Amino acid sequence: MNNEFVLPGSYKKWTLGLIIVGLLALVYGIIMFNPFSHSAQGENINSTRFWAVLLQNSVYWLLTVNAAMFFICVTTMAMGGWQIALRRVPEAISSVVPILGLITFIILLAIVLGHRTDIYQWLDTDAVSHDKILKGKSGFLNPTFYIVWSALSIGLWSLLGWKMRKMSLDLDQSGPMDYETGKRWIFKSTVWASLYTVFFGLSVASTVPWLWLMSIDAHWYSTMYSWYTFASTFVSGLSLIAIFVIYLKNRGQLEYVTDEHLHDLGKFMFAFSIFWTYLWFSQYMLIWYSNQPEETRYFIDRIGTADKSGPYNGIFFFNLIVNFLCPLLILMKKSTKKSWTVVTFTAVLIIFGHWIDVFQMVMPGTVGSHFALMPFEFGIAALFIGIIMWGVGRYFSNHSLLAKNHPFLKESMIHHT
Amino acid sequence: MAGGIKKFVVGSFDDEAVLFPAVKNVRRAGYKIHDVYTPFPIHGLDHAMGIRETSIHTAGFIYAITGTTTALAFITWVFTKDWPLNIGGKPHFALPAWIPITFELTVLFSAIGMVLTFCYLCNLAPFVKKHHFHLRATDDLFVMAIECTDRTNETELESFLQNAGAKEVNIQIAETGWWIGRYDREQKLYSDEAGY
Repeated sequence: MNNEFVLPGSYKKWTLGLIIVGLLALVYGIIMFNPFSHSAQGENINSTRFWAVLLQNSVYWLLTVNAAMFFICVTTMAMGGWQIALRRVPEAISSVVPILGLITFIILLAIVLGHRTDIYQWLDTDAVSHDKILKGKSGFLNPTFYIVWSALSIGLWSLLGWKMRKMSLDLDQSGPMDYETGKRWIFKSTVWASLYTVFFGLSVASTVPWLWLMSIDAHWYSTMYSWYTFASTFVSGLSLIAIFVIYLKNRGQLEYVTDEHLHDLGKFMFAFSIFWTYLWFSQYMLIWYSNQPEETRYFIDRIGTADKSGPYNGIFFFNLIVNFLCPLLILMKKSTKKSWTVVTFTAVLIIFGHWIDVFQMVMPGTVGSHFALMPFEFGIAALFIGIIMWGVGRYFSNHSLLAKNHPFLKESMIHHT
Repeated sequence: MAGGIKKFVVGSFDDEAVLFPAVKNVRRAGYKIHDVYTPFPIHGLDHAMGIRETSIHTAGFIYAITGTTTALAFITWVFTKDWPLNIGGKPHFALPAWIPITFELTVLFSAIGMVLTFCYLCNLAPFVKKHHFHLRATDDLFVMAIECTDRTNETELESFLQNAGAKEVNIQIAETGWWIGRYDREQKLYSDEAGY
């Protein structure tokens, strides 16, 4: 059994290439977009665009890699056994959380402390004091709470995730366990997994999307928003897991992963795409139906009205096609969920689709109709993908790819549906 | 093929671990397994018996899109042609409001359609009397029924089953099918699968 995985040169080349492309885009942005000049909304579009793109990418990719740890924790709490053969893959992805978390935190700090009222209008204390709605929200939407809660969220995700990974890695050293030790270990990891999940509910499934994304449109609110963001990033996280599993399988690793495991990952991607659509539709239909000005504003900024279509019309419905219709129709059949090629294709499509989804969540409230999908936007995305690949590759080459002493490994090896 | 009287050699096993090699050996010897009746679903038995994958998913998909089409077509006709109403100033063609109904009819059509199809394929209906090869098939026995053709040597087959580990072996005459017709399971021959 060969668990010592040496990263192939092509992987390193791609990682380096993506990071260099991303850094070039970043430098280009810093030089050309004048990002550190102060500007109110609409004054200096490129400056706003710079920070909006950084915000979109950092939040999206951070929540996506964080979803990998959520996947581990919920399967642990559900006493799941099938995923053990591929468990090191989500672990590796979640090991990027502290790195991306730090980057995201720096970007958020720069936006808040740099007083970017073009991104978050609630930073403008003068305007807030004359605004009844924003004044009412100022107990929640203020720089102190924002910074403290963001730091706490990122810190606890990193810490609890590190604990989960450490418990799994320690097993490699400790050797096979007898029944009693195994039972105790499972209990202990379930407790830590539930701590993580509870905090995940308090952060990703509620407060963090409110603070980081929904407060861009500070007057508007939706109770569905955080679930929507969670669904978006969880399905991307699952797709990311699938891609790395398939990559390692192609390299002759993960010998116990069969098309049965791929089938289950495919089912997850299929199910959570539908779940995302359910939230997308619920949010849309309730606002459309009750038709109240303060609520419809969010959609008017995107798709416009019956008389005049909005600037994001195309992206908005493209989003629905890529994230709902494509996974629904492609992954519906059992044979496609078991096909390594089709799952790879769909996973890439889903990750791109939800990147676009977060794009249309961030942009209308910041750059308005002057949005762009230019090399700069894709370059910054490449930077984040490169960082994820670097972190995941580091974890792969430093640790065994198989949690060989996990009590449920046998269950995963004989997994059959 | 509308029913008919057939002869079966029936072997009853009391162990799953004996049943699997027996299924394999019976198929390898060229006998045609009519069916294996078990007290609980057994993973991989359908594979071992060489039964083809069910097409009920495809049927379900077709019923589902029928449901979608029915719902959308009917609501569209009612609210735009037959009886247009002004509801809260919304356009007559108010698609978002119809999605929940459309979704529910999709699920309803596919669920009911698949249940009925399943009953048809398994020849299940009220008042249809099924032949039971062994009453303990619902309790603790795994019952394998092998169809006899005019070339089957029954005594040989009986001893074959006994050697394969069957606890009880007997010969039964049973009527197959019902008035609509019989669902003839397509089976791959063992020789085709093994490649000789």
